[in-house]
Amino acid sequence: MKVKQVSIFVENHKGALLDIISILGNNNIDIKALCIADTVDYGVLRLIVDKPNEALSLLKENRYVVKINDVIAIKISNEPGGLSDALKVLDEANLNVSYLYAFIGSYGNYASVMLKVEDEDKAIELFKKNNIKLLSDEDLIKKD
Amino acid sequence: MIYDKSIECMDRKSLEALQSERLIWQVTRMYERVPLFKMRMDEKGLKPSDIKSIKDLSKLPFSNKQDLRDNYPYGLFAEPLENVVRIHASSGTTGKQIVVGYTKNDLDMWSTCVSRALNSYGISKKDILQVCYGYGLFTGGLGLHDGASHLGCTVIPASTGNTVRQMNTMVDFGATAICATPSYCMYLAEELESNNLRDKLKVKRAVLGAEPWGEEMRKQIESKLSIKAYDIYGLSEVLGPGVSYECECQKGLHINEDMFIPEIINPDTGEVLGDGEVGELVFTSITKEAFPVIRYRTHDLCRILTGTCSCGRTFKRMGRIEGRTDDMLIIRGVNVFPSQIEEVLLKYGEGITPNYQIIVDRVNNTDTLEVKVEMNEGFFFDDVKSIELISSNIRDSLRSVLGLSAQVTLVGPKTIERSEGKAKRVIDKRKIR
Repeated sequence: MKVKQVSIFVENHKGALLDIISILGNNNIDIKALCIADTVDYGVLRLIVDKPNEALSLLKENRYVVKINDVIAIKISNEPGGLSDALKVLDEANLNVSYLYAFIGSYGNYASVMLKVEDEDKAIELFKKNNIKLLSDEDLIKKD
Repeated sequence: MIYDKSIECMDRKSLEALQSERLIWQVTRMYERVPLFKMRMDEKGLKPSDIKSIKDLSKLPFSNKQDLRDNYPYGLFAEPLENVVRIHASSGTTGKQIVVGYTKNDLDMWSTCVSRALNSYGISKKDILQVCYGYGLFTGGLGLHDGASHLGCTVIPASTGNTVRQMNTMVDFGATAICATPSYCMYLAEELESNNLRDKLKVKRAVLGAEPWGEEMRKQIESKLSIKAYDIYGLSEVLGPGVSYECECQKGLHINEDMFIPEIINPDTGEVLGDGEVGELVFTSITKEAFPVIRYRTHDLCRILTGTCSCGRTFKRMGRIEGRTDDMLIIRGVNVFPSQIEEVLLKYGEGITPNYQIIVDRVNNTDTLEVKVEMNEGFFFDDVKSIELISSNIRDSLRSVLGLSAQVTLVGPKTIERSEGKAKRVIDKRKIR
């Protein structure tokens, strides 16, 4: 099980991020999670939204370079050691994590973690075997 | 100093008779040996016997860089390879290089041209000449090297790069003359100054070429180093450095007319223009054996000056290069065509050429090349590592294709300015003064 992530190329200039976020907000697209990777020259904005395909076409219309790709989402307990249990599984199998970001649900008992790993299918299999709960697109967008 | 008064100061009538005789010889042998030339002559209904003197030159068909590309590598040679003793090459408009060849006689003629130039600058066998042009396929290094050796100079074949070693060599070996691109000479002048080596320098003259420069730059180089700086002109397709050279008057470059006939044409119509008019410079090589050219279009814009020079030479002079009729850039002495850069970008854009812009500047007297590339879906990934890998691959490819290092900057889509819908591909911020 994988979830859809929207990635956007963001130039390093004033108002760039605001413009993207406003386009989505004005069109009633709800951002569930967000992460930015920044370099000297540009940034890569990654979003989990309720309507990824709509976000893609809207941003393309507004001349952004956008892609939809898959990431893995897992549910971990919001307590010390919660994330390390999940990462240990990948580490023992020598699977590298390219990036990850997390957000906490509104009740605060759990956290959702988005992961980009080298071998996604293998990671999914490992998580399943170790009883780490995988989240679907629906899981992520539903209100707690 | 005049290397060969009997030729360089020959009366025009005798010179033109010599040119006519050599032109007929060249046209006749090329008609027999170079299929493309024969085809072009036949298309015009011309036979070698129709060429009776240099007055008939304008009847002959033009040739251009594309011909060299279409006949890569040896298709335009007029001698079998067993008589060819040297190959040189320069960049073409796309992937393939432009290849030229020289027989033993060609190399001797080339050395004569360079010897005439060096003598004209006041350089003799007593001089120690440090050649800071690149050695290799580029005609600059070996061309100057052979010419200076022929004249009897003590040659230091320093080649390019490693400025600290260049400066130490120059000072320790007592170089009295140097040969370099004007921008590198300018850089050297500043480095010598900041390393407090200027007073230890014995250099009196600089031979500068391979890129356009102007009187302002000459003044700066001459005053910074307390030397005389002279221009030398050439291009691989015609010879290499030594096609023309300045004299002590510094009023234009004398063309070695006993070997190369110059013409100035209207680049749009091909019509021959009068002396003094600015147009495209065209050369016919009347003594070259391995790789001769008839009416080769240089794409350099300049004017031809006539009349006996105060130095005594009767050879016509060409003025400073005032521009190009094509989009070729000369960056750090290297010929660069935007199409070469486009070809590299096409390779990484998953078949789509991204919008790009080439920005050339001169920072601290060194040319810089930046390629701005508009981001598109073909280049974009959700992880930075993959994007960085693409930009570093583009950088590596540009280096290997152009022989120059370029800075690659990824910019947002539609951020490169467009004029009338067409992107402005090249911005050259350098001022040739």
